[in-house]
Amino acid sequence: MKRWLPFAAFCVLLVFLYVGLFRDPREVPSPFIGRPAPAFVLPVVERPGATFSPEQARGRSWLLNVWAPWCTTCQKEHLFLMQVAATGVPVYGLNWKDQDREATAMLARMGNPYVLNADDRDGRVGIDWGVTGVPETFVIDAEGIIRMKHSGPINERIWKRKFLPLLQAIDS
Amino acid sequence: MRRGAWFLLGLALLAMEAVAGEARPNADDPVLEARLMGLAADLRCVVCQNESLAESRAPLAQDLREEVRDLMRQGKTDAEVVEYLTLRYGDFVLYRPPFKPETYLLWLGPALFLVIGGLAWVIATRRRRALPATDRLDAEDLRKAAELLRGESK
Amino acid sequence: MIPELGQVALVIALVLALVQGSLPLIGAQRGSATLMAVAGPASYGQLAFVLLAFAALGYAFAVNDFSVKNVAHNSFSELPLAYRLTATWGSHEGSMLLWVVILAAWTSAVTVFGRRLPLAVSARVVGVLGLVSVGFLAFVLFTSNPFVRLFPAPLDGADLNPLLQDAGMILHPPMLYMGYVGFSVAFAFAIAALLGRRLDAAWARWARPWTTAAWVFLTIGIALGSWWAYRELGWGGWWFWDPTENASLMPWLAGTALVHSLAVTEKRGHFVSWTLFLSITVFSFSLLGTFLIRSGVLSSVHAFANDPARGMFILSFLGVVIGGSLLLYAWRFPRVPKVATFGWLSRESLVLGNNVLLIAALGTVMLGTLYPLFLDVLGLGKVSVGPPYFNAVFVPLMAPLLFLMGVGPLARWRETSLPGLAVRLRWAFGVAAALALILPLLYGGLRPMVSLGLFLALWIFASVIIGVSERLKGLGWAVGRLPRGFVGMQLAHTGIAVVVVGITLVSGYESERDVRMDVGEYVDLAGYRFAFRGATAETGPNYVADRGVVEVTRVGGTGPTLTLYPEKRKYNASGMAMTEAALRSGAFGDLYVSLGDYLGGQAWSLRVYYKPFVGWLWAGAFLMALGGALAASDRRYRLAAERAGPRGAPAVGMGAAEAKG
Repeated sequence: MKRWLPFAAFCVLLVFLYVGLFRDPREVPSPFIGRPAPAFVLPVVERPGATFSPEQARGRSWLLNVWAPWCTTCQKEHLFLMQVAATGVPVYGLNWKDQDREATAMLARMGNPYVLNADDRDGRVGIDWGVTGVPETFVIDAEGIIRMKHSGPINERIWKRKFLPLLQAIDS
Repeated sequence: MRRGAWFLLGLALLAMEAVAGEARPNADDPVLEARLMGLAADLRCVVCQNESLAESRAPLAQDLREEVRDLMRQGKTDAEVVEYLTLRYGDFVLYRPPFKPETYLLWLGPALFLVIGGLAWVIATRRRRALPATDRLDAEDLRKAAELLRGESK
Repeated sequence: MIPELGQVALVIALVLALVQGSLPLIGAQRGSATLMAVAGPASYGQLAFVLLAFAALGYAFAVNDFSVKNVAHNSFSELPLAYRLTATWGSHEGSMLLWVVILAAWTSAVTVFGRRLPLAVSARVVGVLGLVSVGFLAFVLFTSNPFVRLFPAPLDGADLNPLLQDAGMILHPPMLYMGYVGFSVAFAFAIAALLGRRLDAAWARWARPWTTAAWVFLTIGIALGSWWAYRELGWGGWWFWDPTENASLMPWLAGTALVHSLAVTEKRGHFVSWTLFLSITVFSFSLLGTFLIRSGVLSSVHAFANDPARGMFILSFLGVVIGGSLLLYAWRFPRVPKVATFGWLSRESLVLGNNVLLIAALGTVMLGTLYPLFLDVLGLGKVSVGPPYFNAVFVPLMAPLLFLMGVGPLARWRETSLPGLAVRLRWAFGVAAALALILPLLYGGLRPMVSLGLFLALWIFASVIIGVSERLKGLGWAVGRLPRGFVGMQLAHTGIAVVVVGITLVSGYESERDVRMDVGEYVDLAGYRFAFRGATAETGPNYVADRGVVEVTRVGGTGPTLTLYPEKRKYNASGMAMTEAALRSGAFGDLYVSLGDYLGGQAWSLRVYYKPFVGWLWAGAFLMALGGALAASDRRYRLAAERAGPRGAPAVGMGAAEAKG
């Protein structure tokens, strides 16, 4: 028996290593899943003087897309978000650490898929939401509970695989 | 002549030092900064490959350090700061994983290895001790004798 | 043309490796001397062709041939020639090629020095090494080809990672790989022994110098890596428990256990199956380390680019090599009759204790390194295991090991009387304990961890003095007659004690200041006054830098002035910013200054450190390596090889066991 032990242990290790090969060690699940979205009050980019807080989006499920004008990946994602917005899903933007104040110009140039953009100039709200980089997208349900977080850009494939089924499940 | 020049230069340097004086610490509050760095060394910079929050120069790490400074200034304890961060980033930020069911094996593993190894040591040694005494004068002794004859020390 | 030549050379080397990995093994099984004789020429041929390939890649780097992808990604026209050449092994592809070269070099060394071994043994060893080489050559050719061309060729390269542009990086990877790959020789000896059913003290005697030599290189490699991190990462840390470091520490711990158990197997014939198992284990950890670093399953500072295809290849290779050897081990599990006894307090039993502790330490490092992966795979969440964990669990494992180190070499084989041993070690204990309390009080205040560390180091020093003087007394004080193996062991143990002193004191008494400095301002630290004299703009070959001028004097103004030039560099090609710390190493401590941010006017942020005894870390590692080198060159091994067989030691072969069963 004893002599087979090392081989058996190695086989177990091999299985773990094999599965581990297809995992990203740095993709960290958000601890917020299933919890109420953290509250904030931020100025709205599109309407000077107005403010936005997540409370205002209650009543139906919505997306919070964290982005920044200086982020090139976000610009690629932007085109796809236009399509998403066209299907009627409410997409709110969190304009993260836009120190150079370029969001308005960029939205004017590339089109605006967002219901509105909250202006998180110093990135404090982003930290509160556990944002590690842009783009990131949260799915929040009608009761204000965070149901999913996606790190990285959304594209057609990811939308169909991760977002659509979830949104349909929540809304039905 | 040269001596005089050196003397003057020395004086000038001394004067400069006297004017400029001792450098100020970078942090406004060195005590708080030391506490921050002590805590941050045990926290992971979530966007870096594998660096602590204390070492990292990534923008997010700087923001997070600022956030922690703020929390500390508000009088939050280290435990509260850690709780604030784990609430947002999960246990992933902790370089010292908490002791809970998922990490029992991690924390108790070393002791477990020692116990198993210790048992193996006891069993192996007992077995060798229990060998019949006749075996004691064996090939080993013959080999030693042969070596002595050859004049080579073991 | 040259890169294509390199590629062809690699293909030929692969063919030769296939020959080397098959014919000699078949020959050994069938007893055909002709087939076995293929081993030598095949291994020399393989070495020649991989060297050719390596030279071709080096040439492409030297002449800035940016049409080669590897060169374009890892070099730059402004990069100094020395770094262009070391950039040859700065990337994943190049470093794997270096790995293959080193494997071929070890194989040829076995062929040369193993000429006096029985033909079947050397044929099997070289054959097994050939099979390992087949795996790595295929890996290089199919997943990590360093000769791939780019079309159109870029005008210039992306530059070598600035972190790697350092003297420490020139030698660190070759030394480390010499260690990793060197253990493949011990592995091959073990497999050859299992295949040939020849498991006796002679096998251990043949494998021993090779194992020690590999251990020497790995020790140097790890020490150089730590020295590089200390100088280059900008905050003076020397060990981070990063997966890359752990990947090198694991084979080192297993290798250290093997070096000790081989000694018992060779001299006393004990632990044969355990030593065999360790030989397989050490090389398995070398391979596992390669997988962990190159597949991207763990996140590490130094990880190479993620590539599941490469990961898959190494994993399959791992499965075949390690799984195959462990199966062979189980199948031919050596049932060696226990020929001799030993008591609770004997050198045998103490070496066994050493092995238990080293393997527990190895298990701990592995557990900590892989735990995040385990939990992730089981879907139990993401955790990080970092320095606080390793520091907390490692010290309790190392302390008893270091204590044993003071006892083991003084114990006799078979049985030692406890009272006698206690009398011999009495003063060592007393002196070490007393000094461990007094020295910290004199130096910088009493701290429990410092006293513990100093006690263990002094305990080892004292034990070495007792051991050497007792042995010398027996030899009539003729220093020249001390066997090299004995001197090597004592030197290596001394080296460990020196490392322990370094770790203890730098961890206990390190001090630092983080200050904002205007020209002329100063800061005092550990009895030194650091005065800032301003910063100038400098232009390097492939970077621009701000260079701070910091004058250091003793507080009180006596003694010479020392000028340090910490830099903040920005590399032209990558735009990467780097902190190039300035340091002055001394026997009792290092002064370490790094330049931080520009604060306007003539003011800069600066960090100054005083790191007491930090240099002892690397000095100790050097002593360990020197000791190992001495031990590996002991004339006993050459004599043993000349006699080409077991010399009177009980030949406890498989034959006997099988006859019984």
